[in-house]
Amino acid sequence: MAKLNDLTLVEARDGLAAGDFSAAELTEDCITAMESARDLNAFITETPDIARERADASDTRRARGETRGALDGIPIAVKDLFCTTDILTTAASHILDGFAPTYESTVSQNLINAGAVMLGKTNLDEFAMGSANITSYYGNVKNPWVGPNGEDLVPGGSSGGSAAAVAANICPGSIGTDTGGSIRQPAGLCGIVGLKPTYGRCSRWGTVAFASSLDQAGPFARTVRDNALLLKAMAGHDPKDSTSAPIDVPNFEATIGHDLNGLKIGIPQEYTLDGMPEEIQKLWDQGAAWMKEAGAEIKPVSLPHTKYALPAYYIVAPAEASSNLARYDGVRYGLRVEGNTLDEMYENTRGAGFGAEVRRRVMIGTYVLSAGYYDAYYVKAQQVRTIILNEFNSVFEDVDVLLTPTAPNAAFPMDAKMDDPVKMYLNDVFTVPANMAGLPGISVPAGLNKHGLPLGLQVIAKPFDEETMFRAADALERAANFTAQPKYLGGQ
Amino acid sequence: MSLNRDDVRRIAFLARIKIEDSDLKPLSDELNGIIGWVEQLSEVNTDDVQPMTSVTEMLAPQRTDKVTEEEATEKVLANAPDRAQNFYAVPKVVD
Repeated sequence: MAKLNDLTLVEARDGLAAGDFSAAELTEDCITAMESARDLNAFITETPDIARERADASDTRRARGETRGALDGIPIAVKDLFCTTDILTTAASHILDGFAPTYESTVSQNLINAGAVMLGKTNLDEFAMGSANITSYYGNVKNPWVGPNGEDLVPGGSSGGSAAAVAANICPGSIGTDTGGSIRQPAGLCGIVGLKPTYGRCSRWGTVAFASSLDQAGPFARTVRDNALLLKAMAGHDPKDSTSAPIDVPNFEATIGHDLNGLKIGIPQEYTLDGMPEEIQKLWDQGAAWMKEAGAEIKPVSLPHTKYALPAYYIVAPAEASSNLARYDGVRYGLRVEGNTLDEMYENTRGAGFGAEVRRRVMIGTYVLSAGYYDAYYVKAQQVRTIILNEFNSVFEDVDVLLTPTAPNAAFPMDAKMDDPVKMYLNDVFTVPANMAGLPGISVPAGLNKHGLPLGLQVIAKPFDEETMFRAADALERAANFTAQPKYLGGQ
Repeated sequence: MSLNRDDVRRIAFLARIKIEDSDLKPLSDELNGIIGWVEQLSEVNTDDVQPMTSVTEMLAPQRTDKVTEEEATEKVLANAPDRAQNFYAVPKVVD
């Protein structure tokens, strides 16, 4: 029998329901896969004891004829940005040394309530700031896909560990966060499906904050349908987050398996970049052709201010980060480096505790919010953001969803020279606009580049219309029929 | 607008991040690179455009003004690097 960690979430759900195997057996195979794949460095903290305990509890429930739904007994991995009660939570930063929260984030609590089994806390870019998972205090994460000459590749970021764990078949699903593409871009680079829901769909309570007006939690899995099941369990109104939307969460799984008759798909012309690899343009055209065959009408649309979304993001996100990260002061939790005065203690702690990228972004944020510069930078960026939102709103009067590439490139070598921060930021050029406008977006693996590495396509939908996003992504997934597997699989 | 070493030192102090003198020059180059790049926003005409305050059209929710949290002193202090009775302890601030 094939190893149970190779099953998709739906296959695992159906196998558990049919009594083909127990949650304990499923979890044991996933733990074995996790331990055998340590070379990927996908996990900061493994929690096999908690996993076994929750799996046993699930089996006990099922034996009594009770179940908590689709996720009951399903092993998942949790980005180490979600606070988990009494379990080390690091945000991949030195400054949170030893931090064991005394509370559970709403999203991870929702998953516990749904019966999911946590395997461990996954690696990420420090404070979710990065697009290659090379800024973690706990070391780089490797992509399970390997370069044409055997070189190690980045998994994308910031949720690189959560993406790598699912791509390597360590577990059927995982959760991450997406502030500027931190779920969709690594999903694209690792050949799996990942999505950011509408801003407000998932509670941010108990998630380490990066940029509060942009941050959203979301799932990774190997199929669109599995993503639908995970999002259903994660989402929902939470009175503890004032930006969480008080609206019902639909049964997303019902959107799977339909054609696209009557659907209008917009192709934003401004997403064609100078110097973008031809294979990405070709895949994008192919994606539109597939959706047309499935019954959709394809329409070119224009979002003229697209090119300003990324620079505006790199004002707004660092500004919010500089405020959010002010709390790491050596007083309440984590690292403290002593000093003779209170200011000296703050400076020593934050100087030692933050890595280079976090330091850069906190300083940019401090600068753009400082007296005399606030209007020129921060207010200007928020005005540009209004223009971007208005352009999306007007395009969505004509079309139902947008189709774009997920990233301007495939996974790149870990040792690629990346000394220009702006060059790294360009990885998120196609994903950032959805964050700036609060829209849901999903990345679906759609093909391979000339080196045999996965490329993703992104579907962006209207606010709180994840159902149409899933319907379009599912049709795209079926047409693309992406079956390639990475070289590195856990448990083999 | 270009940041020199003194500007970087001032920003680092505002952010309460200790920077070695030898890092000031490379850091000012990096920050100038980023700031030079974001300054392309000045091309955008934003006359009469309201700055965004929220992506959703939701009104801030209100709730009854009552205590919803349990007494949690020990939980709050559980991760403190230093404490004195029920307080966080810091280096002496006043003589």
